[in-house]
Amino acid sequence: MASTIRVRATASGDSTEVQALIQHPMDSGFVKNAKGELIPPHYIQQVTIEHGGKPVFVADWGPAVSKDPYLKFAFKGGKKGDDLKVSWTDNKGASDTLTAKIQ
Amino acid sequence: MKSSIWNDATASRRAVLQGIAVVAVVGFTGIRFGMTEAFAAVNDKYPEEAFKQKSEADAIKSLYGKTAEKSDKVKLDAPEIAENGAVVPVSVSSSLPDVTSIAILVTENPNTLAAAYRILPGTAASVSNRLKMAKTSNVIAVVEAGGKLYSATKEVKVTVGGCGG
Repeated sequence: MASTIRVRATASGDSTEVQALIQHPMDSGFVKNAKGELIPPHYIQQVTIEHGGKPVFVADWGPAVSKDPYLKFAFKGGKKGDDLKVSWTDNKGASDTLTAKIQ
Repeated sequence: MKSSIWNDATASRRAVLQGIAVVAVVGFTGIRFGMTEAFAAVNDKYPEEAFKQKSEADAIKSLYGKTAEKSDKVKLDAPEIAENGAVVPVSVSSSLPDVTSIAILVTENPNTLAAAYRILPGTAASVSNRLKMAKTSNVIAVVEAGGKLYSATKEVKVTVGGCGG
């Protein structure tokens, strides 16, 4: 199965820029479906990005983050070819992990 | 004579074993400390309570336990007018030193706290994401730097809300 995570990490000089896109409904619990029933909340709570086994960035999300969330940040110390591990967990206990190479 | 050699051998063997034991204990505790340090940052629990708060003051207090002061060193990038409240691009960055955390709040949303980011050492104090906004609202960026809180506010006008059906 294709991963829910897409990552592009680009090293330039000292800094590595990370862009991540995650496929997730991010249901807030306030939206009704076509029948007028509330869609229960279903959203990612935590995203962790690790480099060299050490976390560099942790995101705590509420349901106000848009569907198919996008994230961009930068950190120091990454090199071309290094592994970057991205993982998320949602409020229903589901999770996914992807390890990408820094370009 | 024979017994004294035997005793010596036993003694030295004991010493060696003790040495190994000491090394093992030191080694293991060393590893354990290293691990707890590395994981402490990640295993900081998801701030469930902060995400349930209805007002920005309560959310900031629940998340950080203190209040924020306005600062022009917190840069909040958000559109003046968002045509689609379901996808509002928001970026926050700061020139302050020792930034450890960035939080973004939308005051008119049912729960004001939208996202909180932990900025670990070596990571730039800058983050971009996309948020949902129920209606026209103030967006507040809170930056924790050197143990203090700084904030910036911007109003974003929403033409089509992103939180209702």
